[in-house]
Amino acid sequence: MNPAALQERPPSMSPTALTSAPIVGTSVADTAAPVRIACRNLDFFYGGAQALKSIDLDVHDRQVTALIGPSGCGKSTLLRTFNRIYSLYPEQRAEGEVILDGRNVLAASTDLNELRARVGMVFQKPTPFPMSIYDNIAFGVRLYERLGRAAMDERVEAALRKAALWDEVKDKLRQSGMGLSGGQQQRLCIARTVAQRPEVILFDEPTSALDPISTGRIEELIDSLRAEFTIVIVTHNMQQAARISQFTAFMYLGEIVEFGPTNRIFMNPAKKQTQDYITGRFG
Amino acid sequence: MPDHIVSAYDAELQDLRRLITEMGGIAEKMVVEAITALIRRDTALAQAVIAADGRLDGLQRQVEEQAILMIARRQPLAVDLRETISAIRVSGDVERIGDLAKNIAKRVLAIASQFQPQKIVIGVQHMSDLVMGQLKDVLDAYTGRDVEAALDVWRRDGAIDALYTSLFRELLTYMMEDPRNISFCTHLLFCAKNIERIGDHTTNVAETIHYLVTGEPVTGERPKGDQSSYATVEVGP
Repeated sequence: MNPAALQERPPSMSPTALTSAPIVGTSVADTAAPVRIACRNLDFFYGGAQALKSIDLDVHDRQVTALIGPSGCGKSTLLRTFNRIYSLYPEQRAEGEVILDGRNVLAASTDLNELRARVGMVFQKPTPFPMSIYDNIAFGVRLYERLGRAAMDERVEAALRKAALWDEVKDKLRQSGMGLSGGQQQRLCIARTVAQRPEVILFDEPTSALDPISTGRIEELIDSLRAEFTIVIVTHNMQQAARISQFTAFMYLGEIVEFGPTNRIFMNPAKKQTQDYITGRFG
Repeated sequence: MPDHIVSAYDAELQDLRRLITEMGGIAEKMVVEAITALIRRDTALAQAVIAADGRLDGLQRQVEEQAILMIARRQPLAVDLRETISAIRVSGDVERIGDLAKNIAKRVLAIASQFQPQKIVIGVQHMSDLVMGQLKDVLDAYTGRDVEAALDVWRRDGAIDALYTSLFRELLTYMMEDPRNISFCTHLLFCAKNIERIGDHTTNVAETIHYLVTGEPVTGERPKGDQSSYATVEVGP
């Protein structure tokens, strides 16, 4: 081959083109992604006990942000401020700011129903309603929207497809959601959340009650959902956080010790406390 | 650094370090003895070097198995992951150093009965003194997790490369002067190349130490002095 031919090979074959190709399914943080949720000086109290201490955190748009830390460090509490689910309990209160699209969700004027439609949540234990698979999804949608039959069918199917459950349940939509396996129930709950077309989805240890195969399916699902939704996940499984998130925050005693791109946090954390926790030296 | 909650994890990491230290000790001894055998034309010593390589290969396999098991069993993260991966890398470099020493020893057997101009052998000895210093320092740096000492080795390797280039020219000249030198000089040239390669492996280890301790790769170009790829000797009129 003459040297000129080597020079003129198509750009797709050059090494730089290979590395700059879009990376799908890997956890490279997009630090330039806009901030979807910003916590500013956020404090949280259970009665007199302070559970969060002046939290500052940026949750980036359409990225998965993992909150890790030992039990009682405040990660679930932080998650629960994003959709104000804590306000079901009168003795719990948050101070500071949680800014979603420029508005402080902690403000008294916030419409909680609207907020919870925009910020969906999936819990540790699957929580299907005692009704059919179809109605489990339609029920949530009916709270916020009036859809005709065809439009509702479409919405239910789309949600089940996005939750990677459609093929398994399409022939038994009228059967009870309680009859599904644990992993399927969890995906049903994700479908219910997705059907409301939220901007943000919060996951509170979504796989801790599931076997490894169901866990794999949920992880795959979370990775695909980030194309459309901003995701915040609380997990006790360090490898899970490393696998599926782009950003990680390590919390301890109600404070964020370290926040940054997941690859850096798990390969080369800046703080000794983070290193001790993720390497299993925390005692 | 505090201990792991699971004490067996610490024991396994400790085991990895112990294996690498043992490998380093064997490789160092092999290099020293191979060079000594070359200078003294000591075939018995050369045979001993050749025999020692099997133990080094066995240890490297042990390091790899241990590291792979640890990845499967513990899913190491951060500094633990870097240490596990570094052990695989360093054991590979040290094993190659052993192979190169063994190759020098084999050549000692081949040239033992031939005429040897002592002047050139001294050039090789000087080069090997530098390399043995590098090897010792880099193994110490690994044990002590000393990035500065590792970087010092990394920078120093340029001098060995430069020495190799000059030796290369010298050997070419000898061969042109008298064809009877060719066989011996060719073997010696390979020995010198092996020594230079050992130097390169010490810089690999130095780079691994930097990664292990800081989590970052070494940036910037390493100073290189090996110009032998371009070296020619003019034929006289």
